[in-house]
Amino acid sequence: MSKSGVAYIVSAVTLIVAVWLGVSIGTVNIPIQTFWDSSDPKATNILWKIRMPRVVLAGLVGASLAIAGAAFQGLLKNPLADPYTLGVSSGASVGAVMTLFLGLSIPLLGSYTLPVFSMIGAALTMFLVLGFARLVDRAMKMETIILTGIIFGAFLGSILSLMIALTGDELRQVIGWLLGSVSMRGWQYTMMILPFVVIGSLLLWLNRRELNAMLFGEERAKHLGVNVKQRKFMILIGGSILTGSAVAVSGTIGFIGLVVPHMTRLMWGADHRHLLTLSFMNGASLLIICDLVARTIISPSELPVGVITAFIGAPVFAYIFYRQRRKGAM
Amino acid sequence: MLRVNNLSGGYGGKEIVKAISFDVAKGEILGILGPNGSGKSTLLKLITGILKPSTGTVEIDGQPISTYSPKAFARKVAVLPQLHAHAFSHSVRETIELGRYPHQSGLFSSWTKEDERAVQEAMESTAVTRYEQQPIELLSGGEQQRVFVAQAIAQQAPILLLDEPTNHLDIAHQQQLLDMIRKEAMEKELTVISVFHDINLAALYCDRLLLMEDGGVAKIGVPQDVVQEEVINTVYGARVKTQPHLVHPKPQVTLMTTHKEDERDAIITQKNFKVSGERVVLEAKVPLKTYSSAVHNAGFGWYQTFINRHVNQNYNARNVQQEMTSYLLENQFSLSTTVGMMTAAFTENVAIQTVKADFGTVIIAVTAGLGNAVDVAEVIKRQDDDVVGTVNTWIIVNGHLSDEAFIQAIVTATEAKAKAFQFEKVKDPIAHTIATETSTDSILVAATQQGENLPYAGLITPLGKSIAQGVYECTVEAIQMEKKRKVKRSIQ
Repeated sequence: MSKSGVAYIVSAVTLIVAVWLGVSIGTVNIPIQTFWDSSDPKATNILWKIRMPRVVLAGLVGASLAIAGAAFQGLLKNPLADPYTLGVSSGASVGAVMTLFLGLSIPLLGSYTLPVFSMIGAALTMFLVLGFARLVDRAMKMETIILTGIIFGAFLGSILSLMIALTGDELRQVIGWLLGSVSMRGWQYTMMILPFVVIGSLLLWLNRRELNAMLFGEERAKHLGVNVKQRKFMILIGGSILTGSAVAVSGTIGFIGLVVPHMTRLMWGADHRHLLTLSFMNGASLLIICDLVARTIISPSELPVGVITAFIGAPVFAYIFYRQRRKGAM
Repeated sequence: MLRVNNLSGGYGGKEIVKAISFDVAKGEILGILGPNGSGKSTLLKLITGILKPSTGTVEIDGQPISTYSPKAFARKVAVLPQLHAHAFSHSVRETIELGRYPHQSGLFSSWTKEDERAVQEAMESTAVTRYEQQPIELLSGGEQQRVFVAQAIAQQAPILLLDEPTNHLDIAHQQQLLDMIRKEAMEKELTVISVFHDINLAALYCDRLLLMEDGGVAKIGVPQDVVQEEVINTVYGARVKTQPHLVHPKPQVTLMTTHKEDERDAIITQKNFKVSGERVVLEAKVPLKTYSSAVHNAGFGWYQTFINRHVNQNYNARNVQQEMTSYLLENQFSLSTTVGMMTAAFTENVAIQTVKADFGTVIIAVTAGLGNAVDVAEVIKRQDDDVVGTVNTWIIVNGHLSDEAFIQAIVTATEAKAKAFQFEKVKDPIAHTIATETSTDSILVAATQQGENLPYAGLITPLGKSIAQGVYECTVEAIQMEKKRKVKRSIQ
């Protein structure tokens, strides 16, 4: 069997196991037969009304962040790029918190108001970061983009703090949301982000070959016949939709978008024809597991899942950075 | 195939390429040359459409490139970039597969047999098949560049553009790469336009050259017309000489330094000669430009030590070259800086003479063995024989000779030698006529290449006269000494 065939099977099995662990473990352990045997109404209820929506939501959020990270890294030829380091997550947060803060609800959008504002925040930040980076350095070197992301992230962070300071009553809601969590969202949230996840992922997946070409630089991609301007725009929009919707339903969950594509690339190679899909699957698995840890580790209390991902992610980030520098020095 | 029409353009409103026009025919290899900053790379970027021209057009098959979609353009034109570093590593195969991008269409376009065949062929013709699954970053620079050639070949475009493709490659890889591209161009009638840094490589591999100067065309034409001393010196502001390639009918340039050897040390006198029964040795302080028919290091070259070695009348080595090499090594002469001749004549009987002239001095040294004297007019009647007998003539000039002068010096010396044979009435023992030479004569002309310029060495010039007189007198003297030795021996 080909290497990519093995990769898909391993990733799919991991995902199924993760889902199973996610729905079965908790204060009440759910036996596997609950899936087909509904004789125990309590177990069935926990499985389908509480655990399953939470696991699916965690999966969708993890998948979105991971595939967006993979695409950003490829587009910017930069292993340290992800929605988080580029400030896009912060932009999405500002959009979302602003909705909460101002109590906005656009009639036409209804419950979609928050995710839509979140996505607009994400897209705006993306373009501002890249625009500013280009202004500073026409070659858009890796360091420039990362630094610009940090600058914008810090600035947006201060806006967030400002809004939180002014919030008063709503403080707990905003803070809890910001720390990142997929708990108690129910099917409604899951269904809400599904179309965005599908559209965003599709936009990226349609550019899998273009991303491969762009790894050799925009000029080279152009030589190979890629319509660089159009494709780049598609990828940035796709990434922003995914980041925005993920942040909208779960707050800021860092490091998934950085770590998952990187691990996937180390194991299965940098070919985006497979990398995007595999990152999607592995991102889902990882966040489901992280969420499982978050809600069981200090049971009956729960940790925000963002705490777990950062706890695992930061050392991994450090390791990647170390490897990258060492490779550069050799 | 490709027509560039009054093309101008550059970065940020600053015109770097100015009103350039040229045509490239199908199957032709055009090299773009020019000093740094003359606009070579910018011109290539305008042709590939990376930069938009401010005026003028680039047409492919009669259509302006602006009318091609990115994919359609990539089906017409493949580009081989300079070597770059990459952030992530693709495998060799994945990299080459990207060359098929412009041939794929639709959202879910699958890999066709045609795609697979193109990739296989490209891998085979660039000999990268065995690295197929390796990550590209683990390959050497030369191998990486071959992978990108394969990518461009897989693209199957009739036009190939290259931007200094041999940058950062060692000479073996440069040769390999350009041979490969030339072969592709010949076999598939590929049209190639390449920017070159190296004038010699460009002259060697291109059908035509375009020399750029300050954004415009300084000269365009076949390499012989473009690679000319005055043209290169003016455009590049360098000091070069041109000469034909040793094997191919193409011009090559040689860079000249401004550094000069110490002229006092350079002058050769008779004191530089050491004569013994075994050999005559001339040791120069600096290398002399030498043109000779010696056994070791014949032809043109720069040499410092000159040996005329005595061998026995019965000397019979199967491989003379090899025997000479081992002789030089045994006697601790440097193989690279020594010219070696041999003679059956007795080397202590060498005739050495210094001829003074206006420009300086010429030193002549002649050894004469007469065992095989022959009349040039009668030689056709002879059977080959193994008799050793040699007149070895050395002409050492303290002056600067042109290539013509080297040849004329040899002509003059040969005539003087014939005249000396006549004067001494040396007989061709078979034809019974007066001989003109012996059948294995050797000659060497060496010059310090310092002091006065001596463009000619015909008999009308002082140099020609000095050589004629010196060679004639020395040859007579050497023949007389040889005769005396024979007489002496027969008495004994």
